[in-house]
Amino acid sequence: MRAWFLATALVTGLLTNAQAQTPKQGGTLDYMIAADGGPSLDGHKETTYAVLHATAPFYSNLIRVNPENPSSTTDFICDLCTEMPTPTNGGLTYTFKIRKGVKFHDGSPLTAHDIAVSWNRIVFPPAGVSSAREASYPMVDSIEAPDDTTVVFKLKFPTLSFMPALADPWSYIYSAKVLEKDQHFYERNIMGSGPFKFAGQEIGQAMHGVRNPDYYHSGQPHLDGFNAIFAPKQQTRVDAMRADRAALEFRGMSPTARDQLVKELGDQVTVQESDWNCGNVFTPNHKRKPFDDVRVRRALFMAVDQWKGAEALRKIAIVRTVGGIVYPGSPFAATKDELSTFPGYATDMEKSRAEARRLLKEAGAEGLTVEMLNRNVDQPYIIVGTWLVDEFRKIGVTVTQNIVPTGPWLDKMRTGDFALAMEANCQMVVNPIADSGRYLPHDIYKENFAYHDDPVQVDIYNKMVRETDPAKARVLMRAYEKQILDIGAHQLPTLWFYRVVPMRSYVKGWKIGNSHYLNQNLANIWLDR
Amino acid sequence: MSATVIDDAPLPQRSFWQSTLRFCKRQPLGTFGLILVIIMAVTGFTAEWIAPYNPTANDFAAMTEPPSFAHLLGTDQFGRDLMSRIIYGARTALIVGLSSAVVGGFSGLVIGVASAYFGGLTDLIIQRVSDIVMAFPLIIMALAVVSIFGPGVHNVILAITIPLIPRCSRVVRSSALTIRSMPYVDAARACGFGHTRIILRHMVPNVVAPFLIMVTSFVGQAILAEASLSYLGLGVQEPVPAWGLMLQGGAEEYASTAPWIAIFPGVAIMLAVLGINLFGDALRDALDPKLRER
Repeated sequence: MRAWFLATALVTGLLTNAQAQTPKQGGTLDYMIAADGGPSLDGHKETTYAVLHATAPFYSNLIRVNPENPSSTTDFICDLCTEMPTPTNGGLTYTFKIRKGVKFHDGSPLTAHDIAVSWNRIVFPPAGVSSAREASYPMVDSIEAPDDTTVVFKLKFPTLSFMPALADPWSYIYSAKVLEKDQHFYERNIMGSGPFKFAGQEIGQAMHGVRNPDYYHSGQPHLDGFNAIFAPKQQTRVDAMRADRAALEFRGMSPTARDQLVKELGDQVTVQESDWNCGNVFTPNHKRKPFDDVRVRRALFMAVDQWKGAEALRKIAIVRTVGGIVYPGSPFAATKDELSTFPGYATDMEKSRAEARRLLKEAGAEGLTVEMLNRNVDQPYIIVGTWLVDEFRKIGVTVTQNIVPTGPWLDKMRTGDFALAMEANCQMVVNPIADSGRYLPHDIYKENFAYHDDPVQVDIYNKMVRETDPAKARVLMRAYEKQILDIGAHQLPTLWFYRVVPMRSYVKGWKIGNSHYLNQNLANIWLDR
Repeated sequence: MSATVIDDAPLPQRSFWQSTLRFCKRQPLGTFGLILVIIMAVTGFTAEWIAPYNPTANDFAAMTEPPSFAHLLGTDQFGRDLMSRIIYGARTALIVGLSSAVVGGFSGLVIGVASAYFGGLTDLIIQRVSDIVMAFPLIIMALAVVSIFGPGVHNVILAITIPLIPRCSRVVRSSALTIRSMPYVDAARACGFGHTRIILRHMVPNVVAPFLIMVTSFVGQAILAEASLSYLGLGVQEPVPAWGLMLQGGAEEYASTAPWIAIFPGVAIMLAVLGINLFGDALRDALDPKLRER
């Protein structure tokens, strides 16, 4: 009898556990986006999560990172393809077979032709079209669709960075027919084939989606719909979560916000944390005087005590790690010893700041007063910006901040209408060589706003991207990094972020990754309530 | 006979100090307000000498410290001394408050008097434009202006000044309309004086009393508007010490763990506006002949 009772209890427990893991259908997810809207709705053009978090649920991709393992650098699965391809022709050809029966939200069929046209728009944008990640695909020679179910990528040279770059969540598949009529349609409109259909938006305030009944992944999405609410202030987001007006915010909150929510909500809140392939970048506009002078740029970098700043700011902001241009923890990342030789990473700050003052004097820029463009997002832009302003004060440079919403912030950087800017380097799958392409000059990487020219830097990058020996590639990475941080003093990566995502415990099925761009189509999320 | 002697006797002349003493006796609340305004003004203008710390200097060894002997009002999340930031914040409030009130007030004065003096189509156009601007609450209008011109001290002053102009001009116009029909204005016209002279020499001095009261109340309104704009992230920007700005960001985030970050700037705003309003009310009573002898 006792044994039977135990066995029954065990089976009941297992069943209960299994039931707990079985996704429930239905419900509407209310989540927040820590921004006030993006400049456009075009994923190919934009670089801010303000756009991706609002639009990713509407679109499909060719491949994606496994949503069950989103921090992986190698675990990719098909979204629109049927099977992950094995490269042929010495690693130069990747042939994807495409699902049949997939439909765009307007009912038109999605074929390999749409995929090829979308990818060509990303890799080889036509005149007048801006592709933010064009520079991530120097290896791609051609993209073709020989028939309705086959897409072939041909490479110029074999490289390990191709597949991670292909899992780019921004690479929305657009309708070729729509693009043929208007290449800018997707900047203002949404029409995809993803798990949710567009159900309206209030610009800068909210985006709404409803379940796509024709979604091609069986059983998904679990939700009936979603409401994405733009809320740039962290305290607004905390209050919304506290009052259960929203379940979570996918990007991340500060440790203090996490502690506050855990303290107040107890087991009603669950927290997921991760290192983050994302950090702020301090960018002087090389086209503006006196920042056309490398001595002035170096001086500004030398004023910053990143090591001390990291220790303090990690308590109040979503930042944690001092790093160079490569995601800290990657084998390609610089060690502390390697970094400390660069301006902006000194450990003897008295000496570093004395040299900074000397450089300013030599360049005739003593007592410099300048404005720094920053984004109206408190975590961590305004906090890091405020910290930098005080660091610059220590070498006699007076910096004021011009803090503006995301749209104008990007517009000003894209038009070069700034002297100094606080921007960000946020990437997807950790792919050090491809990721560091964002430091290439503006002529090559359109979303680099330093507006500098550096043929040596470009030459090193081109060698590095073709290098298949990791040890040699690392050596080239160090030379590339030195060119950016030291010799050219083009840009200064400031602290790398640390991702803390508190969420209402009834939100299930979502796993944190080391990029806030990954795993955001909401198809696997369900509500346990 | 004796009555004639009394009528011809000169009015007793009071010195500035006598007048001030009389004001203080008759208007104790106004005096309290004046004291608060003077403290605020002195604090703002002597901030460099009296602030114990640099208001923008981070001190990571003293983040969110409660009030202590080292930091009398505590520190914020950057370790910045709150007392120093409040002292410098008084300067920001004064600059924005006074600039907006004075520029807005004087512009309103000139427009209001001119509108009343010229009358006709000029008056009609000015008043209808004023109606349009005044249809929007001050803060909404200021938000619109900041949205167009962007944040920053100068733009905030502009944003607050613009909605104050029609408010002042409307009040001044009503006083000026009465003065326009006075015989001495007709006499000035008959003498061939120009419009500018008649407006500035004969009309403006006679509307100064309501104008001064308006300007005083504008200072308080402007300080509140600046604090509101800064709180919304549209006013002055970090790390400029400003009371409204101090109430957003860290003040909200640390409201439960470090409440002093929110309390002290809030108290500063309250005292400043209270002081200006009390003083303004007392000034109105002192300048209004109907209320003066009550």
